[in-house]
Amino acid sequence: MSTTTPARAPSASAPVPHLGRLDAVGYLICLGGIVRRELLRFFNQKERFFSALVRPLVWLFIFAAGFRNTLGVSIEPPYQTYVLYEVYVVPGLAVMIQLFNGMQSSLSMVYDREVGSMKVLLTSPYPRWLLLLAKLIAGVTVSVVQAYAFLGIAWFWELDIPTIGYVAALPAFIASGLMLGSIGLLLSSMVKQLENFASVMNFVIFPMFFASSALYPLWRIRESSETLYAICMANPFTHAVQLVRFALYGQFDPLSCAVVVGTTLAFFTLAVVAYDPGRGIMARRGGPAGDNS
Amino acid sequence: MTESAALDVAGVSHRFGSRAALSDVSLAVARGRFTALLGPNGAGKTTLFSVITRLYANQDGRVSILGHALDKEPSRALARLGVVFQARTLDTDLTVAQNLLYHASLHGITRKAAKARVATLLDRVGLADRRDDKVRTLSGGQSRRIEIARSLVHEPRLLLLDEPTVGLDLESRADIVRIVRALVREEGLSVLWATHIFEEIEAGDDAVVLHKGRIVARGTAGSIAQGGETLEAAFRRLVAEPPRQAA
Repeated sequence: MSTTTPARAPSASAPVPHLGRLDAVGYLICLGGIVRRELLRFFNQKERFFSALVRPLVWLFIFAAGFRNTLGVSIEPPYQTYVLYEVYVVPGLAVMIQLFNGMQSSLSMVYDREVGSMKVLLTSPYPRWLLLLAKLIAGVTVSVVQAYAFLGIAWFWELDIPTIGYVAALPAFIASGLMLGSIGLLLSSMVKQLENFASVMNFVIFPMFFASSALYPLWRIRESSETLYAICMANPFTHAVQLVRFALYGQFDPLSCAVVVGTTLAFFTLAVVAYDPGRGIMARRGGPAGDNS
Repeated sequence: MTESAALDVAGVSHRFGSRAALSDVSLAVARGRFTALLGPNGAGKTTLFSVITRLYANQDGRVSILGHALDKEPSRALARLGVVFQARTLDTDLTVAQNLLYHASLHGITRKAAKARVATLLDRVGLADRRDDKVRTLSGGQSRRIEIARSLVHEPRLLLLDEPTVGLDLESRADIVRIVRALVREEGLSVLWATHIFEEIEAGDDAVVLHKGRIVARGTAGSIAQGGETLEAAFRRLVAEPPRQAA
């Protein structure tokens, strides 16, 4: 019988203590914990790290070498001379890593939701938008590490990127990572099950990547189709690539920056709405996943 | 001043489209008490837990945790709430300590305080020696004990457990029940324990019976059973009838 008097029932008027902090310091601890978990998971999955690098390196070493002569690239900003095709594709491939990483983070959000660890995250006392922002920052941290690992290997390819460019590109990589992560975050809220994710990858990653300035300058696209050119210009991935491309040569492209920041804000806001307990995915579902009562 | 209940659910209804999952549900968990939430599969227990944990917004009605209204002060309310979900929610690729420290950070607990707290709790659930093992190497019962330890990391005063012993062998089940009852007895923790396993409930426990989204009986477990019937017989009688709201 559980009729024993409790040893330490809180009194009526005393505030009930709480071990954690709910202020800004507490939130930073929370943010640090989420980033740490993401990095732990990332380094635990070494094959994920290597496969993320292999993809762009195959493009750079094989594809770009093969197309070197076919796809000669004429002078256009930020380049001041004719550049080799390998030089041209490097920024696009670095941002491609971030694109895949954004989708990978999104995939892990869907996975977290299926296995239930998303519930644990969402019962944290911090506001939901701060939790999603922390998730986003965690994903961006991983994607920036990957992008620089790629640049480190690509450095041996005589890319002529000035040293200052590697430093100047950091904020650009962070901005593009945030944008692609926000898109992934919203997608994760729209995908109901993990199995559906492959088709989303096909409908998002490939069109975004190919309809952009990652692999070829847009004037070449324009020569064949004005419509396709307009689509490429409307593609936020184009602007993420251009932002990084200019930054790597110590230059700033305001249009790309505005598009990247605007897209990030729009998609992150939509993701916050989607994860809102009253309006979002949780409310629309016919009940919690995996539960039977 | 009257003492606010550890959990106060008042007139909560929840719908998924045209399907009513909860209809005008009211219940209270008194401070320092073990309260059983009984209901067959599909009764609405998990939906109720999702509303209390704010995974779903309460569409209608009010939820307060230790006097903090969930809609007005969600942070304060959630900071005092610990949850063990029905589905397993540990990260199997991480170690036991990494899982617990991650949870501590979600509640804004400094690393130093968290490490000390984790050591105490692992001791409490008898798994201090598994601290640095990957969760995937643990048995089902051990994982559950770790989940209970995790739910206590931030020193909550109200603990929700959604069918925590489902799928466990008898010994593991007894371990879980023993650990949680000790928390109620020794630390004055308030517990809402959803189950349909009657052996886990004692006659003096508070109990609430949920059926088709409505509360059909409430009181101590002993008082719900009538005329010498067992609690299980009373439960079968209650869920066999069309649901009528209990007073």
